[in-house]
Amino acid sequence: MPETDCPSSVPFDRRTFLTRGAAGLSAAWLTAHWPAMVSAATHAHASAASPNPAKFEFFKPEEAVEVEAIASRIIPSDETPGAKEAGVVYFIDRALVTFASDSQKTYRAGLSEVQEILAEKFPAVRKFSAATPEQQDAVIESLSQDNTKKPASRRNRPNVGVQPFFETIRYHTIAGFLIDPDSDRRGNRGGVGWKVIGRDAGHVFQPPFGALDKDYSGWQPVSSEKK
Amino acid sequence: MTADKVQYQPSDEVDFVIIGSGAAGGILAKELSSNGFRVVVLEQGPYLTPSDFSHDEIKVLQEDLLTNHPKLQPNTFRKTPDEKAKPQRALVYGRAVGGTSNHFTANFWRFHEIDFVERSKVGVIPGTTFSDWPFSYAELEPYYTKVEWEVGVSGLAGASPFDPPRSRPYPMPPLPTKSNGVLFERAARKLGLNPFPAPMAILSQPRAGRSACVNCGFCLAFGCEVGAKSSSLASMIPLAEKTGHCEIRPNSYVHKIELDSRGRAVGAVYFDAKKTVHLQKAKAVIVSANGAETPRLLLLSASSQFPNGLANSSGYVGKNLMLNSGGISLGVFDEQLNDYKGFAVSRILHDFYELDAQKVGFYGGGGLDARFDMTPINFAAGGGLPPDAPRWGKKFKEAIAHNFTRTVEVFSHGTSLPVENNSFSLDPELKDAWGLPALRMTYKDHADDIKLARWLNEYGLQILDAAGAKQKWTYPIEEQQFAVHLLGTCRLGSDPKTSVINADHRTHDVKNLFLCDGSSFVTSGRGQPTMTIEALAFRAADRITALAKRGDLNA
Repeated sequence: MPETDCPSSVPFDRRTFLTRGAAGLSAAWLTAHWPAMVSAATHAHASAASPNPAKFEFFKPEEAVEVEAIASRIIPSDETPGAKEAGVVYFIDRALVTFASDSQKTYRAGLSEVQEILAEKFPAVRKFSAATPEQQDAVIESLSQDNTKKPASRRNRPNVGVQPFFETIRYHTIAGFLIDPDSDRRGNRGGVGWKVIGRDAGHVFQPPFGALDKDYSGWQPVSSEKK
Repeated sequence: MTADKVQYQPSDEVDFVIIGSGAAGGILAKELSSNGFRVVVLEQGPYLTPSDFSHDEIKVLQEDLLTNHPKLQPNTFRKTPDEKAKPQRALVYGRAVGGTSNHFTANFWRFHEIDFVERSKVGVIPGTTFSDWPFSYAELEPYYTKVEWEVGVSGLAGASPFDPPRSRPYPMPPLPTKSNGVLFERAARKLGLNPFPAPMAILSQPRAGRSACVNCGFCLAFGCEVGAKSSSLASMIPLAEKTGHCEIRPNSYVHKIELDSRGRAVGAVYFDAKKTVHLQKAKAVIVSANGAETPRLLLLSASSQFPNGLANSSGYVGKNLMLNSGGISLGVFDEQLNDYKGFAVSRILHDFYELDAQKVGFYGGGGLDARFDMTPINFAAGGGLPPDAPRWGKKFKEAIAHNFTRTVEVFSHGTSLPVENNSFSLDPELKDAWGLPALRMTYKDHADDIKLARWLNEYGLQILDAAGAKQKWTYPIEEQQFAVHLLGTCRLGSDPKTSVINADHRTHDVKNLFLCDGSSFVTSGRGQPTMTIEALAFRAADRITALAKRGDLNA
């Protein structure tokens, strides 16, 4: 069973961000902003704590099984959680009725394409989700070769509009794994994606941050004899 | 909205209507209203508050919570004027109260003395409109100081041997040093360079009722939930509203500056949220809509009096666009650096601010900084990994798990030369969601800009090498097709034939029309324009106040 989200018992929800952050704030700032902060925290907390929807909003249940199987090859579950435990399929389902509604056809056509590749490579296997991990990887490998689209440059925004299926589900799987777990997009359940990449839970940090600033003695001018 | 905020009717003739509430507009609004003038600020975007901000990368980066939306406001791009421009997202800018200052990195370097007089020093550069500014660094220095103290900049005066003179130290010490700052500092010193604590428009201490930075790590491209990033929204807008005679009117999309029969501006015509058209009357109009939308508004305001666009007798409205050149080198280290925590930049260097063209073979100069500005999805999906990294599967997962906390970027930022063909203009076919001609961007880097970017990027790699990177790479330097810094498109100057505004930011052609934002720049500086946009705005506010007080706007 995937770890269910329990944001009230783990210290990385937005409420904690806002309340802990408040400790270092000036009284004047707090007076001005406290009502808005409480309201934002309450809202975020409520959305993070609500359970998964009983029904998918876009996928048929059998489609969801296949999508989850594909996402699980992009970010597999091994010693650490993967796309499955992060609830990526729920993220994608919601994405397809919200910001990624342009990609609905891409998914329907893409799932058929996956079935076609599977039928060609492994005629005995009926569904992608029923294939072995090795067979699944062979299908994904083939799917990912179908196009040679370069990923978007980092400084640009994510590509909008229609992309090939592999690029689309790859982006959505990553996004569903690493989205702010306090958002209402249903991804990164329990913050497992952030844990995997080593991002500490929470939104307020104090220095030292990492291995080198820990022992740093402070900025000094270059001594004059060296110049 | 509290009850004491003033509201004007469009039919009220206020003293100033300011178009845009960003880095420049926010300061002008605060200064002019503090000087007793009645001001209406028309902002095309919504009035968001810190509680509307979000760390949801989809909402911010893909749904454009804070920025211009490609579906509502599509644009086109081409490299040269003989091409037909194609629809393509070519620019991003802040579209909310506070403008681009909501989501900037907050690198706040002053320009140096050379930036204002470089044409005289370097000479003619063929194929460019390279020019001096109509005033010097010394003229702008008090206003840089004003930005640091009033808007809020953290830094260490005297830390860089290349810094221009200053009249006051920074009001706050630098932000904490990040691990990538330590790496960068040690490596740069090994190479004989002079790294120093980055001046940042982010509060290192609580100030003026605002929180210090809480190091949340969602900084570049995101709005600051605690008001520590010195946006206009956090710093200037509240002060403007407090005067009791400045109204910030959001969701007001100005598409025409209205003139009377004498060719004087009488106000700004805008769509409200319901697309109803209003005319806000004013004694004078100030456009601070950014380096793309300011020239577009002038071109949209063409009339029989000004058939080539308002205030465009020079033909320079929209021309001489500069984006700043530069590149990104990346390295992966053994140590867990955790640079995802905090603001982006803690160390920079200016040793290459003025390269010797005789030695390097091209004009230009720039700065380098060490940073990590990638949020988790952006990192894993958008290019945080080396180019040969696997893109899916177990090895992909291992790569993001290892590298996210161990990657350092060295950004280079440099000059762009002004080239007349590089421009924003009106697309002859494409329209936005309001039926107005879309922005068309024409841009091809000058050859020297490309050479500079490659040179700086190579140096970035050397620094990463000296820092002990286990793996390093750069993004390839290609001709730019995506604009973030929008500079030079309505430039300052004393000659009306080769500039759009004079040293008072007054258009040469219309006496009560002023422009102030990135479009005012004559040269590009070395890549961090907002500090200078804000210093210009403080200065412009003084000049405009003086003109208004002696009745020079009415005659």
